[in-house]
Amino acid sequence: MMRQLREQHGPLMFHQSGGCCDGSSPMCYLEGEFRTGSSDVLLESLAIEGVPEPITFWMSASQFELWKHTHLTVDVVPGRGAGFSLEAPEGVRFLIRSRLLTERELAELAG
Amino acid sequence: MTIYTPPGSDGAIVSYQSRYDHYIGGEYVPPAKGQYFENPSPVTGRTFTEIARGTAEDVEKALDAAHGAAPAWGRTSPTERSIVLNKIADRMEQNLEKLAVAEAWENGKAVRETLAADIPLAIDHFRYFAGVIRAQEGTAGELDEDTVAYHFHEPLGVVAQIIPWNFPILMAVWKLAPALAAGNAVVLKPAEQTPASIHYLFSLIGDLIPPGVVNIVNGFGVEAGKPLASSNRVAKVAFTGETTTGRLIMQYASENLIPVTLELGGKSPNIFFDDVSRADDDFYDKALEGFTMFALNQGEVCTCPSRALIQQSHYSDFLAAAVKRTENLKQGNPLDTDTQVGAQASNDQLEKILSYLDIGRQEGARALTGGSRAEMSGDLSGGYYVQPTIFEGRNSMRIFQEEIFGPVVSVAPFADFDDAIKVANDTLYGLGAGVWTRDINQAYRAGRAIKAGRVWTNCYHLYPAHAAFGGYKQSGIGRENHRMMLDHYQQTKNLLVSYSPKAMGFF
Repeated sequence: MMRQLREQHGPLMFHQSGGCCDGSSPMCYLEGEFRTGSSDVLLESLAIEGVPEPITFWMSASQFELWKHTHLTVDVVPGRGAGFSLEAPEGVRFLIRSRLLTERELAELAG
Repeated sequence: MTIYTPPGSDGAIVSYQSRYDHYIGGEYVPPAKGQYFENPSPVTGRTFTEIARGTAEDVEKALDAAHGAAPAWGRTSPTERSIVLNKIADRMEQNLEKLAVAEAWENGKAVRETLAADIPLAIDHFRYFAGVIRAQEGTAGELDEDTVAYHFHEPLGVVAQIIPWNFPILMAVWKLAPALAAGNAVVLKPAEQTPASIHYLFSLIGDLIPPGVVNIVNGFGVEAGKPLASSNRVAKVAFTGETTTGRLIMQYASENLIPVTLELGGKSPNIFFDDVSRADDDFYDKALEGFTMFALNQGEVCTCPSRALIQQSHYSDFLAAAVKRTENLKQGNPLDTDTQVGAQASNDQLEKILSYLDIGRQEGARALTGGSRAEMSGDLSGGYYVQPTIFEGRNSMRIFQEEIFGPVVSVAPFADFDDAIKVANDTLYGLGAGVWTRDINQAYRAGRAIKAGRVWTNCYHLYPAHAAFGGYKQSGIGRENHRMMLDHYQQTKNLLVSYSPKAMGFF
């Protein structure tokens, strides 16, 4: 899906949403479409085979404080979310799956 | 008990068309690119109609129609607009049952709610704004003997409204009624999960509104919502949804220097002080119902009371009674008037809720009831059903901090008043809250101390017109549901008039 969206649209980014309706969905935009700032945290620059540049994954800093003990996976499921996320017309929806970070992962992040 | 026949079947009281185009300039207009998308009912998971897949070209056409209609509509008298709104309300009332069934079929919600809440509230909303617009007055300020400042209300012109899927008709009406009362023309984009019921509504009321005053463009957010929200031809954007899209809409609005109103959800605390359990009486029964309100509309409400905070001294007994009350909820066919909990609105919504049930367990929360997908039989087996779920845990857990938008409540105890307020306010959001106590002084202090726009006090999930609704903190900007919403749809025109024949003396 990321390769397809990259080909159709160009370089991509994610911003993790919160709040109602489609809150909790990772929103996928053209890189730079969503203006991040000092209230956001860059969690990762995802390297994906077949996508020339890394795809950035952002979250608001206040939300990150509440999420930082969990490991996030961007999954994709059939669906039709609202919002301006790029994948919706493809009949799929990005979805966050979470698990707790292990003791070892927490130690690594702390170090 | 009534079980309504699914729309489109023999004997149904309401039918959807097999296809809906855009509603532009009072007519149905096919999408410029000729594409449509399927609209499934969450009740069965099966498609019941197809919907125009709009793009920027369609949005422009709708904006042309709106700009064509706005000047004349904006010049109508408040009385004329009030009459139109009242006629809409009357027409809806005559068709209340049909609208209720149509909305339940599209959204998956229980028809007992659409019959008793969604549609009656929508009708009343039109009547409310029909009333307040007639009572609205400008002001005249006497600045000195010869100088007067007159203030007039003028419409903004053409406004954009982006509607959520949880109350497809009611949320549209919350935005349409004040915008129309104030004299604006509207381009409205329904959610792509629930794009059809608004068209059914307009099949009933479209003839009452001058062509072009309300235009509906369907489609996906990125293809139709974005060109609308970022257009330099709208004077305001109203949006209900989540925070990232809210920020993006505000960002577009900043490029065009226009105002926005945003309603972005919450994580509403529902606080039960121990005096609630002092007697096993009507009030105790009402409080238990108040707890169970987390399952209203399958939890797909921005103000879902999804954090229940129960005072330690009655925690075990009250919670046990609440679990029992929850387990007695009847879940099933949304078209059965006995059904209290229907289907989630979409598959991705279902998947999201299940992902929260998963992380809730991983974080150590205990499911006291529910906790998984509800398997249905027969025609409903393809629908999106989740068991009403009560989790016990701590406020730092993600299920206490994020809006799950499902029939899931997270419960924790609190020690005393200060602890209750601290936990209640320990959230990024501030849309709704509930306070339950027999001590009216305590109720007042709690209500004022909670940082949320609406504190239901010894009640929950009432949405009458004339009670302002909107958020503190990250829950948004603006107040709907009250005449003050007119301010969000009006400009202030000041005529500063000198009645003196003499020069000022400067030059």
